[in-house]
Amino acid sequence: MSLMHYLVLSGILFTIGAVTVLVRRNAILAFMGVELMLNSCNLALVAFSRVHGTLTGQVMAFYVMVVAAAEVVVGLAIIVSIYRARRTVSVDEPSLLRN
Amino acid sequence: MTESAVGSGGELVLFCIIGPLMVVAALALLFARKPVHAAVGLIFVMIGMAFLYTALEAPFLGVAQVVVYTGAIMILFVFVLMLVGVDAADSVAETIRGQRWIAVALGAGLVAVLAGVVLTANLPPAVGLEEANAMTNPVGVAYEIFGSTVFALELVGVLLITAALGAITLTHKERLSAIRDQRATVRLRQRAYARGEGSQVLTPAPAPGVYALHNAADVPALDPEGNPIDISVPRVLRIRGQELAPADVDGHVASIASGTFVQPVASPPAPSPDTSDPAAGRTDEEGGER
Repeated sequence: MSLMHYLVLSGILFTIGAVTVLVRRNAILAFMGVELMLNSCNLALVAFSRVHGTLTGQVMAFYVMVVAAAEVVVGLAIIVSIYRARRTVSVDEPSLLRN
Repeated sequence: MTESAVGSGGELVLFCIIGPLMVVAALALLFARKPVHAAVGLIFVMIGMAFLYTALEAPFLGVAQVVVYTGAIMILFVFVLMLVGVDAADSVAETIRGQRWIAVALGAGLVAVLAGVVLTANLPPAVGLEEANAMTNPVGVAYEIFGSTVFALELVGVLLITAALGAITLTHKERLSAIRDQRATVRLRQRAYARGEGSQVLTPAPAPGVYALHNAADVPALDPEGNPIDISVPRVLRIRGQELAPADVDGHVASIASGTFVQPVASPPAPSPDTSDPAAGRTDEEGGER
């Protein structure tokens, strides 16, 4: 039996994450959308690892996890420092470079 | 395990239960009004993902998923949510006109592309990881990580150290102005009072009402006329709408607020420490003289 259903779930979750990034104004929520996209990619990688019978996909998913952790740390630090300076977490309001 | 058995049976049942639940929880990201609810939905998705990893013969990643994502990353998210403030509501105003519909259309397009790819792909039957996991899954993954990708592992170590340093640097607060001492605070408060801004109170804000029947900070204090003083309740509770009206509080508070409370005359007053214990009364007087 093929593992098609895992790929379908992965695609659905990826789409939800992508639409979240596009729609939500709150920077933290948009960031959560990115995390959801990374997670769905991990699911696809692990499913493919099983399809091919090698562990390479799992190792790639492991590295994705580590890089996601680093990315979250830096991203949330940026959000906190923007909040300190501008008192907002909206992705629209820091428009200092406009004009 | 034969090839046809991979991914069928109990695993399929598990997937059919967890998969739809994960999709529903992920939709909280799109539709939840409060960021904390979205975070809880995402935590559910990540725990479901750990279940699926374990079902996909990747128990190491399943454990790492729980530890790294739900244990570290989501806690960090919730921590920052609390730091930034619970009142950081999502604004509904659109900066770009029709952005929401454009986003939905793009999402539909992404679904179409992914569905096209997945449905036209000719996936072979899964081989299964029985052979690769011969020495248990963590050992197999460790051979892969520390064997063929050891350089990538070292790069990731550098990346993690850099990220930690970057986070420290970004959140480090440079002191741009002098420390605001007590005198400066008083002066600022007086200036705001003169301009008619702020809470219009020169003294410290009154403490919330603490009553025998409702010993909590969400009850406002009452002024001499029995009206609730709003600024006595912490700001966060007021924004969340968790402030209680005096009418919600049982007993004397409610009756004081409604104006019908009369000090019972007939019943003798409860013995206070001053009258029942002369020693306590004396210490009180001494304290007053000092």
